[in-house]
Amino acid sequence: MGEVIVVTSGKGGVGKTTTTANIGTGLALKGKSVVLVDADIGLRNLDVVMGLENRIVYDLVDVVEGVCRQRQALIKDKRFPNLYLLPAAQTKDKNAVNPEQMQKLTGDLAEEFDYVILDCPAGIEQGFKNAIAGANKAIVVTTPEVSAVRDADRIIGLLEASGLRNPMLIINRIKMDMVKRGDMMNIDDMIDILAIDLLGVVPDDDLIVVSTNRGEPVIAIEQSLAGQAYRNIVRRVLGEDIPFMNLESEDGFFKRVAKLFGLNKKKQ
Amino acid sequence: MDLFKWFNRSTSSKDIAKERLKLVLIHDRANVSPQFLEMIKGELIKVISDYMEIDETGLEIKLTRTKREIDDSTVPALVANIPIKRMKGNVNI
Repeated sequence: MGEVIVVTSGKGGVGKTTTTANIGTGLALKGKSVVLVDADIGLRNLDVVMGLENRIVYDLVDVVEGVCRQRQALIKDKRFPNLYLLPAAQTKDKNAVNPEQMQKLTGDLAEEFDYVILDCPAGIEQGFKNAIAGANKAIVVTTPEVSAVRDADRIIGLLEASGLRNPMLIINRIKMDMVKRGDMMNIDDMIDILAIDLLGVVPDDDLIVVSTNRGEPVIAIEQSLAGQAYRNIVRRVLGEDIPFMNLESEDGFFKRVAKLFGLNKKKQ
Repeated sequence: MDLFKWFNRSTSSKDIAKERLKLVLIHDRANVSPQFLEMIKGELIKVISDYMEIDETGLEIKLTRTKREIDDSTVPALVANIPIKRMKGNVNI
């Protein structure tokens, strides 16, 4: 039986789909069999982020409704070993499936794959309930902004209320220059507020946009800092104990001014 | 030194973000609606009015945070500010 992991956030646009694509690709590169499931029915995007949009024949709703067999709807990503995508339906809405059907679907997939990774839609309504129904692990993605953190907190509460204990946090799009200036919440601030375990920190990286333009997950790009962050996250998902990347050299404004004038040398 | 520190604090927008978030999350997590607070307010007025005459319009009640004495952890706190007009007779304080 494989693991069923839902990637969720509450707020839209924080990087759920990119995270799903990269973790899935990374796990496949590590030799695991992986299926990515786009649970965002009506607003599918995982297919374009993965660059597989031209190969869709059947979708998730077709499988649930028995229009096709499960295998027929899975798109094999030929660039990576053992990586598949189950796309969402684009012309239906979230109510086309219910949590029981999703539970069955993810259960069936987990019998075939090591990892089933669900890209959850934004929000806390039906689509969210569908996406988490069959999951046994949850990853919460947030960015260092008040709106995203607030929604992440709400999602963590809802996940725990639905029995998905100990969700893991990914802090996405952190800008270290802003953190250093004190103009962006740092990692400790966010852990302090959300009080959950950290799975990884992904720095803001222009290469994400470039790779998404091309439909190639950034994790495959060796020189990308975000790619490196995702590679670390994948190894943590696999149970390895990987230290966090040293993005942080937290100097407050005062310390930097002091350093400028050589004031803090006295203390050393 | 102190001036620098003060300057530092006032310019750090992330500290403002953090403080605002912490407060808003107290309300989110407690799931406290304004109606619920109003209800508590009404009950409080009822109880306290037996003992003292209070200024009902000046009564303020809000959720905030406080440090717990035993372990210094931050916990939500209900803070009520109740202006007293005068004590009622035959009450020993």
